[in-house]
Amino acid sequence: MAGRTGRRKGFAVSDQHHSNELPFWRQYIFSQDHKVIGMQYAVTGLLFLLFGFCLMMLMRWQLAYPGKPLPFLGNFLAESPVMPGGIMLPEFYNQLGAMHGTIMVFMGVVPLAVGGFGNFVLPLQIGAPDMAFPKLNMMSYWFYFIGGVIMIASFFIPGGAAQSGWTSYPPLSNIAPLGQTFWLIGMAFLINSSLLGSINFIVTTVQLRAEGLSFFRLPFFVWSQFVTSFLLLLAFPPLMAAAVLQLMDRLAGSSFFMPSGLVVNGATTPWAGGGSPILWQHLFWFLAHPEVYVLILPAMGIVAEVMSCNTRKPLYGYKALVYSVIFLGFLSFIVWAHHMFLTSMGTQMNSFFQITTMIISIPSVVILTTLILSLWGGSIRFTVPMLFALAFLPMFGIGGLTGLPLGLAASDIHLHDTYYVIGHFHYVVAPGTIFALFAGVYHWFPKVTGRKMSDILGKIHFWFSFVFINGVFMPMFIMGLAGVSRRLYDPVQYAHAQSVQPLNVFISICAWCLGLAQIPFIINFFSSIFFGKKVDDNPWEATTLEWTVPSPPPHGNFAKPPVVYRGPYEYSVPGCAKDFLPQNLPAGQAGAAEVK
Amino acid sequence: MNPKYYGWGFPIDISKHGWQIDQLITILHVFMAVLFIGWFAFFIYTIIRFRQRPGHKAEFHIKHFKTPTYLEAGVALTEFVLLFAFSIPLWHFFRNEMPPKDKSLQVRVVAEQFAWNIHYPGKDGAFGKTDPKLISATNPLGLDPNDPEGKDDIITLNQLHIPVDMPVIVDLSSKDVIHSFTLPVMRVKQDAIPGQMIPVWFEAKSTGNFEIACAQLCGLGHYRMRGFFIVESKADFGKWLDGQAAEKVSQ
Repeated sequence: MAGRTGRRKGFAVSDQHHSNELPFWRQYIFSQDHKVIGMQYAVTGLLFLLFGFCLMMLMRWQLAYPGKPLPFLGNFLAESPVMPGGIMLPEFYNQLGAMHGTIMVFMGVVPLAVGGFGNFVLPLQIGAPDMAFPKLNMMSYWFYFIGGVIMIASFFIPGGAAQSGWTSYPPLSNIAPLGQTFWLIGMAFLINSSLLGSINFIVTTVQLRAEGLSFFRLPFFVWSQFVTSFLLLLAFPPLMAAAVLQLMDRLAGSSFFMPSGLVVNGATTPWAGGGSPILWQHLFWFLAHPEVYVLILPAMGIVAEVMSCNTRKPLYGYKALVYSVIFLGFLSFIVWAHHMFLTSMGTQMNSFFQITTMIISIPSVVILTTLILSLWGGSIRFTVPMLFALAFLPMFGIGGLTGLPLGLAASDIHLHDTYYVIGHFHYVVAPGTIFALFAGVYHWFPKVTGRKMSDILGKIHFWFSFVFINGVFMPMFIMGLAGVSRRLYDPVQYAHAQSVQPLNVFISICAWCLGLAQIPFIINFFSSIFFGKKVDDNPWEATTLEWTVPSPPPHGNFAKPPVVYRGPYEYSVPGCAKDFLPQNLPAGQAGAAEVK
Repeated sequence: MNPKYYGWGFPIDISKHGWQIDQLITILHVFMAVLFIGWFAFFIYTIIRFRQRPGHKAEFHIKHFKTPTYLEAGVALTEFVLLFAFSIPLWHFFRNEMPPKDKSLQVRVVAEQFAWNIHYPGKDGAFGKTDPKLISATNPLGLDPNDPEGKDDIITLNQLHIPVDMPVIVDLSSKDVIHSFTLPVMRVKQDAIPGQMIPVWFEAKSTGNFEIACAQLCGLGHYRMRGFFIVESKADFGKWLDGQAAEKVSQ
């Protein structure tokens, strides 16, 4: 279809009546339309986010009231082997922990941010009829789906799901039960899904931009997805290699990650030895650090879109943002070993990674500063998406700042693998990225459905989420400073952890309240699909191309190929009657029709 | 354990050098707080001043701000001062500047699921040979019974006794999976990695009963991989060591 015959030819061959003739399963299930795939990704991603969060809410009971039977829900699980009498077993706790991380990162945030928003919005924003490779796009979603099914299925196999943390460090992961094999195979599907997606995004962005849409006229969201795709493309293959090596270690008896002379439970192991467990960490973090930026860059893109539209003015320093994002993407490949300061790297290596880590903070500071300065001189509408986008800024700020003591190796000695780390990266990803994703959901919902989500429910959702999410993650910094290790099934075994146990109770209560605060969102989301207020094609009065097509956009998106005449954020241009000029508005028309 | 050691901040610091880490963390948090508060105040001021209201219009042309550039340069400069003046020298000090061996106590710590084996060299000051093939229920470290240097070695489970005011070098390794040897009151943390022997050193300045914690997920019992870390006067430490030696002979 589109793109196969070269740039811009897609329109010539796309037959719009064709979509109506497709049977249901081709139109809505095995669809090749980027919008349907985007919705599939978004809904699946949201469901996984909810599921991953439920796992954590379950763990929070054990952390707040260790060894006490879980009330109510525990009665249903009392017969299960993982929670006899409603009391969680340590192996189940470790499964929940490992799967919470895996689900949130690989099956929740990335599919929603890249697969969901990227798929739906990017082709529309660049004026393309579809993605460059619609079949790869469909394959990408179904790989993701299969990966997800394998991950969920692993809870029900003997020994349960993976339980060696989302980082799966060997030798622990190599000697772990069957669930780890499922995890590796599931990851292989998720990795391939992301690879297919990333190639598609890169080609689409390069090849299918509308006439006149030069790179520096691209909305910042497209830039963020473009850079993200390069990160996915270049960072995931090493993890794929690592996953295959670990699979070989587990199934074929190789010893890539197994050193000589291991004695587990008083018995020697079947592995010949000679491998290195640190090799896994290098391969894993070579992916997983860029992965952090895969999580945060699309979020920044969404925030930039929402902010520019709701301040009614152009972004401040658009080019600085673009260059910073490119620089950030590049640097994200050379900071990985700051996750490994305590693995006895030499001082020189250590210093190298500290220096790159400090350097990477500079483009992050530039982006944050630029986004805040974008508010200056605006006329700020406090719509629901804008509230989430605004909250992203200080939350991401806290997440970034608390990275400093972890990025400096000396202070990391005390804080490494404590709750401080958990607080730090959750501030980046949860009230940071996930808030930005909520902003995106509220912002583009009218484009997807033709209806708006309720403002009142949206504001309830925002304010309660904002309060409780800080209640969850802020106390973790105190626990971290007190030296409490992460991943403890029973938090009161250690004397130094007992003193901060009241904080654990507080965090758990906040986490459950945060769970309740998502109910308005769920109600709002589903009821608005059917009963939401009907709105026109451009309810936010935005400038980018996706708002020039009908809501929901038809198959093939644009009736005729759009032509772009101006930059992405021409809001409040002096001398015009309207305060926004869509990108496809010819220069002459703006002058003749609108100058007073 | 004594609860006064621990509270809602740093645990008590009983090491000679740990204050440097605390100091760096404190400086960092002051720096972070200044940045965040200044920046948050600006943020709040901006969203109030530029809220949408009748008669207020957004500006299309915003003049270029110079101050943020200086601020960003200042932040970068501060980070590099913290890096080159504090972090790198400190790291070098803690990891590379090992105290002289003849003036310090050498101990091996071998982690396993879910305990800490503490191996003292005994009177001769030399560790006996070990071989993983010899590991059994009665010989947890696989000490070679034919090696004369191993005859007087003392091995304890989860009992790390050290003398006060004397540098201690711990050679850290693991029998099975990766653990992380943590002495919160000493500001010491180092991964114990199977196949590697990693030295880490510290020096206590006061006595007391504390704990060893594991910081790296190592399996089902990670949460209870708790060891005892006892800092004693030199005399008490000598007596304890003699007692252990006598117990070994009597077996």
